[in-house]
Formats: sequence, C-alpha cells, structure tokens
Amino acid sequence: MNRTTAFIAAGALGLTFSGTLMAADAYITLASTTSTENSGLFDAILPTFTEETGIDVRVVAVGTGQAFEIGRRGDADSLLVHDTAGEELFVADGYATERINVMYNDFVIVGPGDDPAGISDSETVIDAMQRIAESKSPFASRGDDSGTNRAELRLWEDAGVTPQGEWYRELGSGMGPTLNTAAGMDAYTFTDRATWVAFDNPQDLTLLFEGDESLFNQYGSLLLSAKRHPHLKHDLAAQWHEWLVSEQGQQAIADFEVDGQQLFFPNAE
Amino acid sequence: MLTSENAFSTALTLILSMDSALIAIVMLSLQVSLMAVMIASLIALPLGAALALWRFPGRNVVIVALNALMGLPPVVAGLCVYLLLSRAGPLGEWGLLFTPTAMVIAQVILVLPIIAALTRQQVEALHGEYAEQLNSLGLTRLRMIPTLLWDARFGLLTVILAGFGRASAEVGAVMIVGGNIDGVTRVMTTSIVLETSKGNLPMALGLGIILLALVTMINAIAHMIGETAKRRLG
Repeated sequence: MNRTTAFIAAGALGLTFSGTLMAADAYITLASTTSTENSGLFDAILPTFTEETGIDVRVVAVGTGQAFEIGRRGDADSLLVHDTAGEELFVADGYATERINVMYNDFVIVGPGDDPAGISDSETVIDAMQRIAESKSPFASRGDDSGTNRAELRLWEDAGVTPQGEWYRELGSGMGPTLNTAAGMDAYTFTDRATWVAFDNPQDLTLLFEGDESLFNQYGSLLLSAKRHPHLKHDLAAQWHEWLVSEQGQQAIADFEVDGQQLFFPNAE
Repeated sequence: MLTSENAFSTALTLILSMDSALIAIVMLSLQVSLMAVMIASLIALPLGAALALWRFPGRNVVIVALNALMGLPPVVAGLCVYLLLSRAGPLGEWGLLFTPTAMVIAQVILVLPIIAALTRQQVEALHGEYAEQLNSLGLTRLRMIPTLLWDARFGLLTVILAGFGRASAEVGAVMIVGGNIDGVTRVMTTSIVLETSKGNLPMALGLGIILLALVTMINAIAHMIGETAKRRLG
C-alpha cells in the first residue's frame, strides 16, 4: 500500500468512526444487572420508553456490586439493581437521593436431575441448603458480590452453614457462566428465575426448589445524587426513574414474557 | 444440543440474513480494531526503529519492558484505561468511558508493544546487514528510520497483522471500558461472551466463525497486497 492510499483509508475510517460517535445525543447510561439484560427484559421495554421520551438508554450489564461501584464513581446516570440492603446503604452514603421499588421476581435452586441431596421435597429454602451442605453435593456459587451472590450468602448464614470445602465452588462469574459451569459439573446453584428461564444450555440441570418467601428478589431504581456528581444527566435519568414506576412502565414490565412465562412482576407503590 | 453443524448453520443463517444489528456489530469491531492498529503503528513503527538504531543507557530495560508488555493481559489494560477514563479518574472530564473511543485507547495499549518490539527486532537485523552502506551514504540515524522501515515493509506487514490479530481477538479490555452496550459498544467478541452467558452456544460459536472468517479475509487481502507489491518492485 502506498502512503497516499494509506492516508485516504485512515481519513475514511476516521470519518465513519466519528459518525458513529455523534449519533444519538439524548441518552443515559444505565448500570444494571446481568439478569435483566440476559433475560431480554431491556430489549422488550426500552423501545417503548425511547419512543415515548426520545431518550436512548445505554445499558451496562454487570453484577450489582460492580453497578454500585460504577455509580459511586459517577460513570452511570442511573442504577437498576437488586440488593435492597445495599441500595439503602447507597442512599444513606449520599450517592443517591432516592430509591424506589420497581419489580420483583424470585430466586430458585437448580441442580442435577437426580437431585443427590434430595432438596426437591424440602419444606424451606433453609432446609434445602442444609441438605446440600450435609450431603456435600457440589454447589456452584457466583462468588462475585452480585445481588444474587449476596442473597445466597445471607441464606447460608440463616441456615447456619459456613459454605466452604471441596463441595462449595466459588466461580467469580456472572449468572450465565455460572449456570454453564454448574451444568458442566453437575452442581447445584442459586439463580434468579429470569436468567434460568431464558437460559438455553441447561443440559441436565433442573429446577429443584422454589416458592419460599425468603427467595423474594426485589429490584430497585436509584436516582443518583446531583450534589455528588453534577456532570450526570439528572433530568433525563429522572424521566427514566419515573417512567419505570409509571403505569406505562409497569405495564411494559408485566407484558414481558419468555416462553409464555412472565419473568418480572411490577410492584411500585 | 450443540453440534458444530448447527453452529455453522447459525453462522450461515446470520450472514445470509444480513441482519442489520450483526452488520453494525461487525463494522464496529473492524472500526475499533483497525483504528487501534493504525494509531499504534504510527507510534510503534518509528519507535521500534529508533530503538533499533540508538544506543543509550537503559536501552535493554526498555527492550525487555516492551517484550514483556506483549503479554499484557487485556483485562489489566482495560482496568487501567477504565480507572483513567472513569469520572472519578484523572481524565474523567472527557466523558469517554463506555464509548468506542475508550475501546480504541485500550486496544492501542495492547497492540503498541507488539508492533514496537517486533519492529525493533526486524529493523535491527536489517540495519546489521546494511550498516556499512547506510553509513557510506552519510545518512544520520534519523534519516535511516524511513529508509529501513521502507525496506522492511514486507516483514512489517506481518508485524502489523499480528497486532491486528491481538486487537480483534481480545475481549477483556473492550468489555470493561466499553461496557458491551447494545448498539453502541457491542463488538464481535463481547457478543460472543454475552451469547455464551445466555447459554446460546450455537449463536456464540456462529459469531466466532464469522469473526474468524473476517480476520482471515483481512489477512488474505494484506497477503495479496504484499505479494503484488513484491512482484512489482522486485
């Protein structure tokens, strides 16, 4: 390639590139969880919001722990996460001015079809987890400080079990990779229902325990503090925050289904 | 059930459907990686050549550092760029985090050491061969740089392709600094990670096949240009 063509190519590439960068000015960056992204919820509800308001929502899907960190550093305009205790702390620390309930679903325990720990007839989730620990059946934990991971650890604590040993495997991965790994090593794992239902590679994994009240999984929206991070797009973020709990927003969440199954249940007050 | 057959048929269906989302992802992947390789080359080619020609104290340290940085884990490069561009970081005001520009910056950091280190090695070998000739022409070392780079161009094409390979294959850095935002910073490799995490393995592997085909095509084009030029210039 001679130098002139190289420069022309460089120029052309630069132009197309800056073109993509300038597109869509009215947008907010939303830090949210992998469960909402992987299940397809955002693909279903965001077009409705964008149509109504003209605001694009750019979703960065990470674990809840990392979403808090992104929010603390001022790298996202809004947060939609699922760790109520962590969210309240986030508000108390002054990073957000308001936290509201948006929707809920529930956690379930999935595991190998032959259920070696026999948890499928457990009365409570505490009982189920104790059976897994006692039988030392392989259990794959997220181990990534996500909302799901935090909920799982609270339940071990309630069960009076210190999860450690050969059987307890901390993966440090998102929900999807954890399900892939659990399927590969015939382990039990703790997952939110949305990711589980939308997951395409269950192999021998089966839903073994569900329905306990303490498996309730609440999602909340956080309005970040303008005092702490004045550069954020607070006006646009407030529109999103309010839309989520509006009639239209709640309806859009309720309408989202995978295989005819509703995955998130709106519960804004 | 995943078989290589349905991965191939998924890849084929994807290509044939000319899905606009897929095209956007492919274009962004190419733009980010080509841009990163171009910027890295503009810096690393003269840098590598200069390193081959000049002797200065600490030169060996620089060479070892460059060679070591060829193995820099992408996720570490990504993390550094993230901390730099984050609102709470030193360049936070630029507002570049979660944009394609941030991805280019991270990939430049990954590609630059590869191109610089390999250029240094190629130019040093060539200079050993032609040192007498070049000196007899009375060229300063600064003037030797373009001459030697031009003479080594066919070898350097492979060097640049190695850099491109690194850029187009990595996922750790672009995932962190880009955020894998649908329609904005989602590229081929981050899509593959996302589809894998959804358990949609045929789609993930299908995208992998497309990525591999694209990289092969670019290498074939570069190879052809090199061969044609070689024949014409002798």
